[in-house]
Amino acid sequence: MKTDIVLAGVGGQGILSIAAAIGLAAVKEDLYIKQSEIHGMSQKGGEVYSHLRLSDKPVYSDMIPLGQGDLILSVEPLESLRYLPFLKKKGWLVTNSRGYVNIPNYPEPETLVKEIEKIPNHLLVDADRIAREAGSLKAANMVMLGAAAPFIQVSEENLEEAIRTLFARKGEAVVEKNVNAFRAGLKEAGKAS
Amino acid sequence: MGEKMFLLGDEAVAQGAIDSGISGCYAYPGTPSTEIMEYVQAGKAAQEGDIVREWSANEKTAMEAALGMSYAGKRAMVCMKHVGLNVAADPFINATITGVNGGLLVVVADDPSMHSSQNEQDSRYYGKFAQIPVLEPSSQQEAYNMVRKGFELSEKYGVPVLVRMVTRISHSRAAVVPEKPDPRKELKLPRDMKQFILLPSIAKGHYRKLLSSQHVFEEDAAISVFNKLIFSEKAKKGVIACGLAYNYLMENFPGGDFPFHMLKLSHYPVPEKLIRAIYERSEELVVLEEGYPFLEDMLVGMPAKDKPVHGRLDGFLPRDGELNPYLVGKALQLPMEEYREIPAVTVPRPPTFCPGCGHIDVYKALNVAMEEYGPGRVFSDIGCYTLGALPPYNAINSCVDMGASVTMAVGAADAGLVPSVAVIGDSTFTHSGMTGLLDAVNKKSPVTVIISDNDATAMTGGQVPAGLGKIEQICVGLGVEKEHVRTIIPLRKNHEKNVIVMKEEIKYKGVSVIVARRECVRILAAGKKREMSNEK
Repeated sequence: MKTDIVLAGVGGQGILSIAAAIGLAAVKEDLYIKQSEIHGMSQKGGEVYSHLRLSDKPVYSDMIPLGQGDLILSVEPLESLRYLPFLKKKGWLVTNSRGYVNIPNYPEPETLVKEIEKIPNHLLVDADRIAREAGSLKAANMVMLGAAAPFIQVSEENLEEAIRTLFARKGEAVVEKNVNAFRAGLKEAGKAS
Repeated sequence: MGEKMFLLGDEAVAQGAIDSGISGCYAYPGTPSTEIMEYVQAGKAAQEGDIVREWSANEKTAMEAALGMSYAGKRAMVCMKHVGLNVAADPFINATITGVNGGLLVVVADDPSMHSSQNEQDSRYYGKFAQIPVLEPSSQQEAYNMVRKGFELSEKYGVPVLVRMVTRISHSRAAVVPEKPDPRKELKLPRDMKQFILLPSIAKGHYRKLLSSQHVFEEDAAISVFNKLIFSEKAKKGVIACGLAYNYLMENFPGGDFPFHMLKLSHYPVPEKLIRAIYERSEELVVLEEGYPFLEDMLVGMPAKDKPVHGRLDGFLPRDGELNPYLVGKALQLPMEEYREIPAVTVPRPPTFCPGCGHIDVYKALNVAMEEYGPGRVFSDIGCYTLGALPPYNAINSCVDMGASVTMAVGAADAGLVPSVAVIGDSTFTHSGMTGLLDAVNKKSPVTVIISDNDATAMTGGQVPAGLGKIEQICVGLGVEKEHVRTIIPLRKNHEKNVIVMKEEIKYKGVSVIVARRECVRILAAGKKREMSNEK
């Protein structure tokens, strides 16, 4: 069993926190992991991604082979499309529906939705709204993690515990906001399937 | 064996060095190498004060300090990105002639596909040029092991050893199991007190010794645990996978059941014995390597020309850019999964200045100040402010190497392009801009140098810069007239004032410096306090 995940977003949207949470949960389950990150210039308001590979067998390449990814988990709709070459035919595309518009030629939202709907297995989530309702807009990344959790081979309990560990340093209130966001995302995924 | 750790490749290198008992880590930040030093800085051994770990002013001073520590008998590591080795090339090459006393490991992180760099040079060539062993990890665990082995080899042979990292290992996390640490070394002068004096009479002897060691380096590489030769019955093809390319090969053959002869090559110099062995058993060879066709180039001319050698030179693999499992599979003519194209609607999203960044105000003012002279006169440098090249600013005309803004402005002014303006960051200025400014002062060049000072090496994450709080003093010390060293605060409310200062100094027919100082907004946001010194 393996899950190859492309995490996508814009610099500053917290995709490395998603990666860290999944990584912690996977360590708990004794899986083999490789997780690539992007550092440097592109981090500044530009496109960022991370490849996260989980498996019960050794993982070799740090990069997911083209056409073999199981999941694209994106915190931003335009960014979700950028990594389609990595997604296998039956792979899932799970993305936030709210755009992060910081370029003048940002496409029309309907155009993006149309492209996303071309992928047979897709899930569009209004993560910004759900996060706000759950108590913190900043936790939209954790909403997305919750929404994608059913497609990741680690258990939801271990993911939640990983979130608690990850944010423990920032105090109980931050932990709760992120856990609530995660649960709300999870619920949203349940509604969709 | 220690407990399993989950580390970036860079962190695995750092952990390996800490466990090898280094007494000093020397570096200048640069993607993708920065996290090596940051890990050493954060580590327990370092915090207890056993490991020297301050950022250096540039890669050359870092390399020299590391050599000095080696002279004194202790183990030292020096880290940089690939282009940093160009800056440090002088001490690097000469350190192979002096040789070492304490083990000296040079770690260089290459950036094929130029994720955050101006070129994709392959540091293995530097290793060959310097004629020292090179270790090229294919995984995070191997990076750790190679650092441990590298110190051992350095002391065994008496030369520095080069470890070549690449972005995809440096910036990817995987499990690493550490081994039993070595004790730290005691202070111990070199046995031969003339070892480090490279007078020609002494250097000649050293160089002959280095040359005569080459066959030992090669023989050891031939039996290295990092190199592996596997013959496959009935196979007609041979595949040589160097460093990270081995990982991509394994991705295609996870069980290791290769239908070809396979040589994994990760320890250089290239062991001819292993190459000959696979060459003789194969009817053709495919060479997989991350970076330049370093090995392929040697093979095409080396053993014989009667068998085809495939790789980056004949189009089996792309001539530039990174490899990946797909490209490797294709080159081996494996059936590959089909994949979707990126939809046309997916426009690029280039990096931008952070909201509120001081560089924005510098460029807004500079664009107004330069209007009367027309375009094409602003030379810039390596850092966040290189983003001034993008719209809506379109404010700069060059970005070449650390410090080149100042010296290119001087050269352009020499050619008659007056005024010429340089825009450089504070960390880049102390890295390699100061000597250029001295040239400008000595010839009274009509140039204006704008030092966009954000109190940080910001692009690599906000490290403490070498010239913190000293920029004006340095400029005056180099001979810039005091009244032409002006300090401004790049804020929107100061725009008009700043334009006037810029106009005045650009008009001046001599060297002028404008220090535009405002703290990096990211550092402010992160609440990192900045002490006015380089001390930790």
